[in-house]
Amino acid sequence: MNRSAPSPRAVGRRAAAAAMTALLLLAVAGSARPADIPLDQRRSGYADLGRDSKAMQDDDTVNPATLWVLDGETLWNQKTGLANRACADCHGDAAASMKGVAARYPAFSPARNGPIDLEQRINLCRTERQQATPLPFESRDLLALTAYVGRQSRGMPIAEASDERLKPFIDAGRKLFNQRLGQINLSCAQCHDDNWGKHIASSLVPQGHPNGYPIYRLEWQSLGSLQRRLRNCMIGMRAAPYEYGAPENVNMELFLMWRARGLSIETPAVRP
Amino acid sequence: MARPLINVPAKVKRGQVFEIKTLISHIMETGFRYSTTGKRIPRDIATFFSCSYNGEEIFRADLYPAISANPFIAFFTTATESGKLEFKWTGDNGFSETATTTITVE
Repeated sequence: MNRSAPSPRAVGRRAAAAAMTALLLLAVAGSARPADIPLDQRRSGYADLGRDSKAMQDDDTVNPATLWVLDGETLWNQKTGLANRACADCHGDAAASMKGVAARYPAFSPARNGPIDLEQRINLCRTERQQATPLPFESRDLLALTAYVGRQSRGMPIAEASDERLKPFIDAGRKLFNQRLGQINLSCAQCHDDNWGKHIASSLVPQGHPNGYPIYRLEWQSLGSLQRRLRNCMIGMRAAPYEYGAPENVNMELFLMWRARGLSIETPAVRP
Repeated sequence: MARPLINVPAKVKRGQVFEIKTLISHIMETGFRYSTTGKRIPRDIATFFSCSYNGEEIFRADLYPAISANPFIAFFTTATESGKLEFKWTGDNGFSETATTTITVE
């Protein structure tokens, strides 16, 4: 084909592409993103659960996540690592020492010079204080400990991040939340800010608050972390998910906690 | 790890019907799934559950691959005498779990 004179077909294609771009630009300009969900309109995913799932979450002896919480309690009191220390040896009774902790994580870690989530905090304790190997993300033991620690904050409101050092990371999380990603070219905000309460096929689009993690997700038939859920959504958008523990995931967790500030912790929650 | 969770009222009146709720940790791998490398994941499920009240069997169930992970089994019985409720689960790969709880009948 003659390179200097493009075929009529190619010209047509280019024109069509230009028209599409113009349309897209119009669409973007026309639908300037609404602001965040007003504080008084925010609702926990619990509010949208069916009666059976609510009953499951409401009764600890029916909620399968309790199996992990009980494992977590065992691990809390179990000596481990070269230091031969249990969590309880430093922190004592979790009911007192861990109350409210999950409501203010991710928190700033001077060592990492950035935010770390609860799972990473637990693993830092393991490597530094217990001199044990870190637990892999999504391993039963790490989920159990996180659920046990998180359980101590149930009913407490998510704390508003007051640490100034966290601000740039919240902003980074917000940017990612609003950024279109993946082959489907969707941002988190397009579903969870703009279209919550509507449906994707038969599934309700929730506001996407992180107030019950780790959750027992019926689809997973297991307990899972917030990072697992985030990766899940990204795969749904046909984007390459960030690795477990990646700063992007932690920034997103941090932004989501900021976005859900004031909502009650439900850990370990049940979700469909 | 993972003790079974049993929920029965601590005290019941004689002749009263009460609920027994049980929850056990089990992956209930169906045997119908394949791994990412195409290998079949072998079946690993709990296949049997029974409950006895002072030595007498009052409830039993066979479990199948379609039952979800962490099977939750709840049922009712009539309070007759104070005593022991014993629970037993068995399954694939020699899985066996027991639990015991006491009940006071007034």
